[in-house]
Amino acid sequence: MEQDKRILQITNLRKNFGDREILKGIDFSVDKGDVVCIIGPSGSGKSTLIRCINFLETPTSGDIYFKGENVLAKYNDLSLYRTKVGMVFQQFNLFSNMSVLENCMVGQTRVLRKDKESARQTAMKYLYYVGMADYINAKPHQLSGGQKQRVAIARAMALEPEVLLLDEPTSALDSEMVGEVLSVMRELAEAGLTMIVVTHEMAFAREAASKVIFIDQGVIAEEATPEVIFKNPANPRTREFLSRFNQNN
Amino acid sequence: MTTMPTTFFEWVFFLLQQYGGIFVKGAVVTLLLALVGTFIGCLIGFVVGLIQTIPVGPNTGAGKRVFYKIVRWLLDAYVELFRGTPMIVQAMVVYYGSMSVFDIDMSAMFAGFLVVSINTGAYMAETVRGGINSIDPGQTEAATAIGMNHYKTMRCVILPQALRNIMPQIGNNLIINIKDTSVLNVISVTELYFSSKSAAGVYYKYFEVFFITCVIYFVMTFTVSRILRWIEGRMEGPRDYQLVTYDPMHDPCGHFPLPTIKKEQEK
Ligand SMILES: Nc1ncnc2c1ncn2[C@@H]1O[C@H](COP(=O)(O)OP(=O)(O)O)[C@@H](O)[C@H]1O
Ligand SMILES: [Mg+2]
Repeated sequence: MEQDKRILQITNLRKNFGDREILKGIDFSVDKGDVVCIIGPSGSGKSTLIRCINFLETPTSGDIYFKGENVLAKYNDLSLYRTKVGMVFQQFNLFSNMSVLENCMVGQTRVLRKDKESARQTAMKYLYYVGMADYINAKPHQLSGGQKQRVAIARAMALEPEVLLLDEPTSALDSEMVGEVLSVMRELAEAGLTMIVVTHEMAFAREAASKVIFIDQGVIAEEATPEVIFKNPANPRTREFLSRFNQNN
Repeated sequence: MTTMPTTFFEWVFFLLQQYGGIFVKGAVVTLLLALVGTFIGCLIGFVVGLIQTIPVGPNTGAGKRVFYKIVRWLLDAYVELFRGTPMIVQAMVVYYGSMSVFDIDMSAMFAGFLVVSINTGAYMAETVRGGINSIDPGQTEAATAIGMNHYKTMRCVILPQALRNIMPQIGNNLIINIKDTSVLNVISVTELYFSSKSAAGVYYKYFEVFFITCVIYFVMTFTVSRILRWIEGRMEGPRDYQLVTYDPMHDPCGHFPLPTIKKEQEK
């Protein structure tokens, strides 16, 4: 059934900072297994949008439905919802007082209340998956950027979320480390994980996305398959953004 | 009948023999006041610092917001008041004030512990607040994003880092307290300075006695300073890490995650 496939639905989402309207009515939906790539000029509200989805920012108005249910109505404590919607940040944001393994266990033991051993096993599973299982004893400051981001992905995945949000996961990385993170993301996409990715990696968007959303000045200027967006965009602003983007890179 | 000492060192030696016990008792009281006062002060500081850093956002209810505002105002007043007045005066006010206004006859010693604790608490509150605010807010966001609430975030992520960062400050406070508890002599707490004064008065040997006192104070602060440095070093943890070889086939969870995710998505 159509309804069962829909995992996230965002309707008329608005967000003001002070009297500035940053998001001006955003509507889109995400189906199970979708990889939605969000592109757009910097300052257009991409981060704000993705942060509204797990309520790191409180939307000024509009609704977010998770599996058909209004999140704010269903979850009076957002913790449970947040364990189902993982997040990966541009700046990694690993917990610097914890080892790699502890970073991937703390959410399981403290929030999901799993016992230590099963938390460790799940953490190891995802650390192995991202290629960081050998580094479980390292502290975040002892890792390279690419390694940190892979641990951050494992930390989010260790809660076995149903959707993973990634906000420019490779933008803070030196160019030689972008590849290792993108390849993990590609594998996750292939494995069928539902993802919403804010990215400037157009090659990734072209290959991995089931849908690309172009955001400009707080509105969705265009939403289409990667083929349409990259080969034959309907909106002249999309075309302009992409051509300017290609010149700069 | 022993002959009276004549030289400086003879006097020092003589006074040590005569009043060694008093010096030791005074030093013990001083150390106790400083250690207990700093410890309780830290607890107060952490509680106050924590309350002052509870996030008040647009989702906070109006009643709660007013409540936080009042509590914070009171805590700010406490911090300003006790940082802004000398401990020697606080000792007088607390000790004699409790007696004349509230009819509480607390012992001088108890008043001493109380004054040192709340005085240190006022300083530590600011230190803790700074320590908490110095931690990159990104980590708080990451904790929120994996479903941790404010309390869990503080307990598991922020406070351990803040504590490590403010260890030097705590040490500083302890050393200051070892020295500054001497002002409690004004309410006759028998700490080291008070004891020394009593001993000096007997033979009018102020220089010799306070030379000994000086050495004792320095030995105490220096020892404490070294111990704290050692603790700080321990808190740093090892500088490097060991790679472990992880073989998923030998782990009880040794199945490959890829199909697992797929299965979840399909059901
Ligand atoms: N906490 C905030 N307070 C005020 N303005 C903000 C805040 N966060 C973001 N903004 C503003 O919102 C706009 C969109 O920001 P952002 O969502 O980060 O853009 P993007 O991620 O697309 O580069 C920017 O103009 C930014 O200055
Ligand atoms: Mg951004």
